[in-house]
Amino acid sequence: MNAPLPKNRSAPAFDVARIREDFPILKLKVHDQPLVYLDNAATSQMPQQVIDRLVRYQTTQHANIHRAVHYLSETATAEYADARRKLQKFIHAREDREVIFTSGTTDSINLVMHAYGRKFIGAGDEIILTTLEHHSNIVPWQMLAEERGAKIRVVPINDDGELLIDEYEKLFNEHTRFVGVTHVSNALGSINPVKRMIAFAHERGVPVLVDGAQAAPHMPIDVVDLDCDFYAFSGHKQCGPTGIGILYGKAALLERMQPFKGGGDMILSVTFEKTTYSTIPHKFEAGTPPIAAAIGFGAAVDYLSAIGMDRIAAHELELLNHATEQMQGLSGVRIVGNARSKAAVLSFVIDGIHPHDVGTLLNQEGVAVRTGHHCAQPVMQRYGIPATSRASFAFYNSLSEVDALIAGIRKVQKVFA
Amino acid sequence: MADPRTLYQEVILDHNRKPRNYGVLEHPSHHAEGVNPLCGDHITVALDVAGETVAGIAFQGESCAICKASASMMTAAIKGKTRAEAEILIQEFLDMATGKRDLGQLSHIGRLTVFAGVRELPMRVKCAILPWHTLHAAFHSVASVSTEADADPMPAPIGNG
Repeated sequence: MNAPLPKNRSAPAFDVARIREDFPILKLKVHDQPLVYLDNAATSQMPQQVIDRLVRYQTTQHANIHRAVHYLSETATAEYADARRKLQKFIHAREDREVIFTSGTTDSINLVMHAYGRKFIGAGDEIILTTLEHHSNIVPWQMLAEERGAKIRVVPINDDGELLIDEYEKLFNEHTRFVGVTHVSNALGSINPVKRMIAFAHERGVPVLVDGAQAAPHMPIDVVDLDCDFYAFSGHKQCGPTGIGILYGKAALLERMQPFKGGGDMILSVTFEKTTYSTIPHKFEAGTPPIAAAIGFGAAVDYLSAIGMDRIAAHELELLNHATEQMQGLSGVRIVGNARSKAAVLSFVIDGIHPHDVGTLLNQEGVAVRTGHHCAQPVMQRYGIPATSRASFAFYNSLSEVDALIAGIRKVQKVFA
Repeated sequence: MADPRTLYQEVILDHNRKPRNYGVLEHPSHHAEGVNPLCGDHITVALDVAGETVAGIAFQGESCAICKASASMMTAAIKGKTRAEAEILIQEFLDMATGKRDLGQLSHIGRLTVFAGVRELPMRVKCAILPWHTLHAAFHSVASVSTEADADPMPAPIGNG
């Protein structure tokens, strides 16, 4: 059940109208207008298939896992393990034990900071991050750097929002111990050349964590091909529930790391003299995990895989190109972030109109966008602006929704004319 | 559901376009700075208090239309008032914007009722009240204030992602 459909080589046309039928929330009206949901970089909506899976788990399969010998516990344990294998396949990891369930990307990064960073990074060591990082891939490393006397070096970007790879390479020296880089910028949409950056770091023996929160929902991910040491992303940004995410880590690295949280489920044996920790991934999953959310996450990646991540990426590129072209035709509107390789995120500013006024007035047209600094204040500082408006697309968005956004922006400009 | 167009009405748009008392005072007796770091609203309010009367008032800053219009209309309303009258108006405006009191319970608010609609937009309340908190801080010579945590009925960051 829920097996992904075989990949269709001669894929039929991408049927957005058919896909939208799967999402009950997309039928909502906001201010008497059809909802145009363009805040997918913040969180995505959930298809009926995932909702049904959560209901089925909760109504017929729920018990605590890894505990009892009774029917429900065995069922829940098997379904939870199955969800882990679905995630493993989704990112093409070699082994399912390399997939650790966390509460989300932020939790995954904090796990690496505590379990790897606090063991292997010390005084005088250097951590390389980039200007494009979300706060969740900055703050944990600042906390570590402060605690350990380590130093953070930052890769700059050009005016288009692309990382300066020459500058990245120049940051390496004998003190470099770790690299954290986002695969896709949540504020600008830039797709970073992480494979090349990882290869460069590995030539110098430096491990790399990739924040995949904005990449995994939108393109095929192959962690073996990337050769990343860690890859983190969240369920709720790709049709799954909130409160669940994963950390992928290479088995050899995970085994050398110290546990992050202590508790039940992460031990082999406990006496007051000594506790022996369990094997990976359980070593990093203390306590009762969000079982339903993990199973829902598994159903979500099944749903995405059945459509095909390559087809999702192609449709979203069409949305981005259409939106970019339309927005470039609007006077007084400037797109922030014009990377040559870009995911379907469109950050923009309108002359003389603050993003928060834009967001409030677009909402009146039923159009949901995000306004603010997008938890990426270093990016805003780079462009000398406090905030942008951001439209971020998902595979269930249509070209006519792009047109609704553009019409909405014209109306906002008219109010302020 | 609230219609934000009732908030973005002509008087507010006009004050946003042509803010009154925008600029600096030569020798202010009081001044304060107000910042909402999460949305980037940033304004300063300067006062020239002669005896008990606000003889001069000016503001400056970068902000959304709601914040700027609120500051502009605030300065127009406050100029020439006594400090005690100003404090009453500050309290009435905060109570109106946060929905603590109905319009019928407010006797000094006058034209500032155009901001009443902001109570229906929880994420925007802090934009409207920032100038008033900053004015209050200026009277009490508090250097810097923010309205993101205390007066926002949804005291949370703008969000994730």
